[in-house]
Amino acid sequence: MKKLELRASTLQQFAALGSLILMMILFSILSPYFLNFDNLITVIKQTSVVGIIAIGVTLVIVTGGIDLSLGSVVALSGVVAGFALAKGASNFVGILIGALIGLLCGLISGVIVAYLELPAFIATLGMMMSARGMSLVLTQGRPVYIPNNKTFNLIHNYNLFKYIPLPVIYFAVIALLTHFLLKRTSTGRYLFATGSNEEAARLSGINVRLVKLFSYGFCGFMCGLSGVILLARLNSAQPAIGSGYELDAIAAVVIGGTSLSGGVGQISGTIIGVLIMSTMKNGLNLMHVSQFWQQVIIGGVVILAVYIDIKRREAQRL
Amino acid sequence: MKRELLVMKNIDKSFPGVHALDHVNFDLRSGEVHALLGENGAGKSTLMKILTGVYQMDGGEIEVAGEPVTITNAGDAQKLGISIIYQEFNLFPHLSVAENLFIKREPRKYGKWILDGKKLHEQSEELLQRIQLNLDPARPVSSLSVAQQQMVEIAKALSLNAKIMIMDEPTSALTDHEIENLFSLILQLKKQNVGIVYISHRLEELSHIADRVTVLRDGKYVGTVNYSDTTTRELVSMMVGRELSEYFPQREHAYGAPILEVEGLSRKGAVNDVSFTLHEGEILGVSGLMGAGRTEMARLLFGADRKDGGTVTFKGEQIEISSPGDAIKRGIGYLTEDRKRDGLTLGLNVKDNITMASIKEYASMLGVMNEGKIEKATSEYVDQLSIKTPSLEQLLRNLSGGNQQKVILARWLCKGSKILIFDEPTRGIDVGAKQEIYELMNSLVKEGHSIIMISSELPEVLGMSDRILVMHEGRVAGILDGPSATEESIMYLATGGK
Repeated sequence: MKKLELRASTLQQFAALGSLILMMILFSILSPYFLNFDNLITVIKQTSVVGIIAIGVTLVIVTGGIDLSLGSVVALSGVVAGFALAKGASNFVGILIGALIGLLCGLISGVIVAYLELPAFIATLGMMMSARGMSLVLTQGRPVYIPNNKTFNLIHNYNLFKYIPLPVIYFAVIALLTHFLLKRTSTGRYLFATGSNEEAARLSGINVRLVKLFSYGFCGFMCGLSGVILLARLNSAQPAIGSGYELDAIAAVVIGGTSLSGGVGQISGTIIGVLIMSTMKNGLNLMHVSQFWQQVIIGGVVILAVYIDIKRREAQRL
Repeated sequence: MKRELLVMKNIDKSFPGVHALDHVNFDLRSGEVHALLGENGAGKSTLMKILTGVYQMDGGEIEVAGEPVTITNAGDAQKLGISIIYQEFNLFPHLSVAENLFIKREPRKYGKWILDGKKLHEQSEELLQRIQLNLDPARPVSSLSVAQQQMVEIAKALSLNAKIMIMDEPTSALTDHEIENLFSLILQLKKQNVGIVYISHRLEELSHIADRVTVLRDGKYVGTVNYSDTTTRELVSMMVGRELSEYFPQREHAYGAPILEVEGLSRKGAVNDVSFTLHEGEILGVSGLMGAGRTEMARLLFGADRKDGGTVTFKGEQIEISSPGDAIKRGIGYLTEDRKRDGLTLGLNVKDNITMASIKEYASMLGVMNEGKIEKATSEYVDQLSIKTPSLEQLLRNLSGGNQQKVILARWLCKGSKILIFDEPTRGIDVGAKQEIYELMNSLVKEGHSIIMISSELPEVLGMSDRILVMHEGRVAGILDGPSATEESIMYLATGGK
């Protein structure tokens, strides 16, 4: 009985990875271009930005929260960093400002959720609107062009060892560090404990408010970094960029087996989740499926993934 | 002799790892109250869940009014006239009494599309009158007292033509006066030839209503007796399978210097000016009726809720406890009443749960955990408390109640807690594991720990405590010497006697 249970849960962990591999096999049969090295690198490169914020929001979701403001915070961070660079700030200061704006937005959401005790959905919905509004106010709705700046550009465009794009490296390093944080540090343990049973965690002396604040701050910081990377890619700050990223990121996290009710999750799952999302988009593109149909299909996949997840949890509880 | 309304024969039911019901017999005559007794986990609820179609039996037969029946869902049970009044009510708090009474069978007009509000009101009034409940059917259920809600449940059952009514701990949340009302309603129902299965832990109240008593123990049928032919003592020994004195391990009642002095602890509406002293190596029992403020007092002491007033002195030094963290720092640990709700993280494993309060001590300055040290420490506690788990990685969800309780105890021992607050330490734990918990508590005080034990079970309080603090309506009604206290002397204080 116990053995069977164990096997079932391991199976589920590999289910996401299995579907990713299946999908890759399928696309490589259907399209001759899919397995091309350049194409695969592009897939991973495109994954990086959403991947980084998905890692951020994994922490929030593990504590039982949610953050809907990801895309807006990405945009606002990019806009403010763009202004700084346009006004002649050094690259380092520009990057720092972008990251700090993200952190600040995250901390504000965190305070509203953890200390003012608003539902996370509402608090971050508010942040989503306000941050987007702020980007539009600052830019009057127009892009902010940053002066020709080759070095800043390299943040996104440089290839390590000729082939590996820097954003992929950022994604990998952040993923590794966050995995370590979740699995090997006391902070990580607090995140899981808070998400698993908040009152039990509190009565064990864990400062659950601080834990939640940390998760939102961390997530905001990741959005700030993403904003800077996007700024480097486009060479301009776009106030409308990033809308819908939050949903892509949350969908990826959930596909990766992190429970929306908190207490369960892993970074490896999130990585597989974002890879599934971007592989699917890439493959459908190669097969000339229209953007509109892609949305329909991805929506279906998200529902299917969550359905399987919920059924698995029910089975465990019995 | 009245005819048999219900016969359950050789009912058998297993869950993974538990033989919940082992060929159990039960029958019910019309117009009788048949009490079903047994400790937690004895199988009472499982038996009733089979009768109401929540669970399917693995073997056995059920006859209703002489006909063999199969009950596979709640609808079947309802059709056979079987209704259950749950401990927690199945009412919709924001709907009115009338709407609740006739949910899913509201009177209609103009064919079947429009609800007939007038008729609904009239029929509800009629129904409430039948049980002499003076209540406006238009009131929302959320505005009713617990007792009134229970009456509404009973009225609803009656309107469904219930012939067999199951009452599961119906008095647990009622005041004395409300209990009297309930009993007179039960007598009325008897006259209307309704058969009542009455589940309760309170043996003393059976004398008012019970005709027969059936006792279950560990899923087995122990026996059925006429209430008038038996004594409480006999019933208790049928329930626990041994004499009370064997049940609680013997121990010397000796304790040391004061370790915690509580003075004037208060929180508006819950706890009022509570003062007491806890000594080293002492088990201080805390007794009282439900709602007397025992758990609330413990939560204040632990910093889980904010207090309005009062001081706490720890080893002669006044300390400020304004969060659980403050209390834990002073070596206080709290084993909560409802483990699933606020004690355990069921989705995490044994190791995580044991180290939950002390994880910082197993981590470097930067918070990196030393897995080897954690493994070593937790496996020591698993051995010491003989926690039965296949591995340290086992999720808490898969452990039994007794082992879950031990895991929480290990959490505080691992933190080095010297003062342990046990809130209902054996609730939801089966008989064998109970004794193990008692033995653990005794060996803890022997090693110099101090224990505050809140319990609703009088035998437990009497069997374990050095001294007994009795609470009544948020206040200390009195502190009794453990060895000389009796059920009567506790109840006298708990019910507000002076």
